[in-house]
Amino acid sequence: MKKWLIQLAVLALLSVFPIEFGWAVDIKKVESKSGIRAWLIRNPSVPVISMSFAFRSGAVSDPTGKEGRAQFVASMLDEGAGDLNSEAFQEKIEDLSVRLRFRASLEIFSGSIQTLKQNRAEAFKLLALALNKPRFDQDPFLRVRAQLSASLRLDQEDPDRIASRVWYRSVFGNHPYGRPIGGTLASIYNIKREDLVSFSNSFFSRKNLLIGVAGDIGPDELSVRLDEIFGDLPLGTDRETLAEPEIQLEGKTIVVEKSLPQSVALFGHRGLKRTDPDWYAAYIVNRILGGGGFSSRLMEEVREKRGLAYGVYSWLNPLESVGLIMGSVATSNSRVKDSLEIIREEWRKMSELAISDKELQEAKNYINGSFPLRLDSSRRIAQMLLAVQVNRLGVKYLNRRAHIINSVTRDQVKKAAKRLLDPGLFTVVVVGKPAGISSSQ
Amino acid sequence: MIRFLLLALSSMALFSFSGKTEVFNPETHTLSNGMQVVVVTNRSAPAVVHMVWYKVGAADEPRGQSGIAHFLEHLMFKGTKYTPPGEFSKIVSRNGGTDNAFTSQDFTAYYQKVARTKLELVMKLEAERMTNLVLSEKDVLSERDVVLEERASRTDNSPSAQLFEAQQTALYLNHPYRNPVIGWEHEIRELSAENALSFYKKFYAPNNAILIVAGDVSLKEIKPLAEKYYGPIPGGAEIVRSRILEPKHRAARRVSLSSTQVRQPSLSRVYITSSYRTAQKREAYALQVLAEIIGGGTRSRLYRSLVLDQKKAISVSAWYNPTALDYGEFGISVTPRGNLSLAQIEKALDRELLEIKTKSISADEIKRAAKKLTAEAVYARDSLMAAPNIIGRALTTGQSLENLEAWPERIMSVRIEDVVAAANETLVLRNSVTSLLTPKKRGVQ
Repeated sequence: MKKWLIQLAVLALLSVFPIEFGWAVDIKKVESKSGIRAWLIRNPSVPVISMSFAFRSGAVSDPTGKEGRAQFVASMLDEGAGDLNSEAFQEKIEDLSVRLRFRASLEIFSGSIQTLKQNRAEAFKLLALALNKPRFDQDPFLRVRAQLSASLRLDQEDPDRIASRVWYRSVFGNHPYGRPIGGTLASIYNIKREDLVSFSNSFFSRKNLLIGVAGDIGPDELSVRLDEIFGDLPLGTDRETLAEPEIQLEGKTIVVEKSLPQSVALFGHRGLKRTDPDWYAAYIVNRILGGGGFSSRLMEEVREKRGLAYGVYSWLNPLESVGLIMGSVATSNSRVKDSLEIIREEWRKMSELAISDKELQEAKNYINGSFPLRLDSSRRIAQMLLAVQVNRLGVKYLNRRAHIINSVTRDQVKKAAKRLLDPGLFTVVVVGKPAGISSSQ
Repeated sequence: MIRFLLLALSSMALFSFSGKTEVFNPETHTLSNGMQVVVVTNRSAPAVVHMVWYKVGAADEPRGQSGIAHFLEHLMFKGTKYTPPGEFSKIVSRNGGTDNAFTSQDFTAYYQKVARTKLELVMKLEAERMTNLVLSEKDVLSERDVVLEERASRTDNSPSAQLFEAQQTALYLNHPYRNPVIGWEHEIRELSAENALSFYKKFYAPNNAILIVAGDVSLKEIKPLAEKYYGPIPGGAEIVRSRILEPKHRAARRVSLSSTQVRQPSLSRVYITSSYRTAQKREAYALQVLAEIIGGGTRSRLYRSLVLDQKKAISVSAWYNPTALDYGEFGISVTPRGNLSLAQIEKALDRELLEIKTKSISADEIKRAAKKLTAEAVYARDSLMAAPNIIGRALTTGQSLENLEAWPERIMSVRIEDVVAAANETLVLRNSVTSLLTPKKRGVQ
């Protein structure tokens, strides 16, 4: 059961690293008889098949008061389907050594299956059952609810989770983006079996579906398998897009007091959407500012030069209806004020001063060089094929991206930095006992 | 530079022995200075992982200098004769690669993931820092603050990590595994450049290191490069890793932590046992099968009994980590359901463990567990990073490539009597620590 911050970070990653191959890849677009489409990269060298898929609908669709519904569904899909009750279903999964996962994030509901080639027929049958005929039986329902509430209790006092919950709630208020994906201890007890049924009935549909596949399977067989797994799902309707949220509280500081030796700070403001013409320039800006592991400016100033923190990062989080740029740092209570001041200063410098050609080139080299290195297993390749589709980038995009990145000019980066960054708009949440920082009025 | 720690208990523990020659097909060669070279060819993409593993970890630290192995790992990025401070990772990154390092009780490893065409560059950089580390006082002091912040994030801000620390000190009465890899705060505060350099000079030498390269290369291609960059480094004195041992354990130990930061209670128990290196005959393999049978998934004993039938727990797990130079650890953890007390869940757990030791384990259970474990070996082949990680852990903890190779076969040949014997040998309370994590009401002392 993954949590809020992680889900957002992953969502951000998917979009932030929208795909880049330093070498040409051969992606097959496969279409089944009934019209289900998937992207495939075949690799027969290991007898393993990985499939990642998603429906466009996630926690944002949770009804008010029933927050956590999508995640509840995700936790229930491997708890019995068709004529297999929970125990029987789990037995099959274990006996076949299948890895079957479902996950709700804000805007998508995703799943993945990994199977040994020899077990694929039965493995895909299990997936088909889970999606088409989930049982949502009483016994596992009660158990999963107890598990979800334990996990919420685990999160309750975790400083990173607190910072994330408070930040999103403060910035987005009652908009669905402001609500916790996992729900609350109160909301998950409001969720009834019929809520889960209604989620799976309305959102598991062919129109909403995106699929990426990698490993030891050919296009002909995949086409047949796609129908077996997804062919019986209803066609569905186009999904409504969310209203653009009103962002509240920009420029505020919120301190959540906890007696911890180290404060955790989460900060950010409005960023750019994935469809923005300045997206790639903004992507490079973030890489230079705080998205570059050890070679970012934030890391250099906060960690390398001053030893203020173990890690300091920034990232872009392009939700469908609004883009965000965010960052985080964890520093001793006595030093968090200094860290935040340095971060604001770097934010300001990046927005006002030009970057050098050298810095730009190095950022491009990293972006173009490192991306394919992340695709080091069929699971990650399938995830990537899915992410490109989630971001609506088209199959040719993969082999074009290096060129797109390389074409971004210094002026475009400067303009994007100016548009993107404004430390005056920071909403900062600090969890801990930070010295010299208090909540703004 | 995350320079992160590998704490022993990840799922990699299970994973860590999923190898055999037909799985990874490693090729190996030893340079004249004693440095072992291992290559795993994987032609899925024109990329390589280049790793150097040193056979030294936190358990090799001088007394009173806990954390020096990990601190040195951080300082290895702070400059050499030819690479200015902080440049190492920047060079890798501007060449489109990523790099990092990690430290455990038994090993310290450095790696870069790069396009095949950049292999020679990273090899040159890595070979250089095996001998030419140069540290400035200023960099050392600021990096020490970074490590203290790292410790705060990982441990001082987290009650479960604090309990884990206490558990390890209780599990090991004498052996250095009792000290946390990251070090004790008061000792980290005193670590100096001199401490780091003397540790470096003692342990960082080609005869105490293993080069592992995985990806789009073969040993034939790697050999001349390794000869060129690592070959000229003179071998150091022979290093014998001989740590002080545990006395007989006579009393079961318990540690507990109660905190307002905890809302969900949980219980875990860890038993000290043998590792691959110290185990007699089939014991280490039998213990992996045992962990699978006890708590390895939804068909496991504890899951069926405590989660499904009795509805007393919401989650259970069991694990065994044999990949250690000296002692292995066998662990179990349980999270109670609803308001059930830890005392009640412990009672239920003990009943199950007694059952496993005294009543029969079925042939079917053994077969199922072995099948599931060996399937992991196939999945491991699907990942570029798995092979070098598994091989590195094995070779730095006294294992051989042949042992790795034989893993699936040895798991498949585990017999009922091996598992029953291993259970009776290992699941003995006096060899264990039971850890209790509980919520504390605010205002209560």
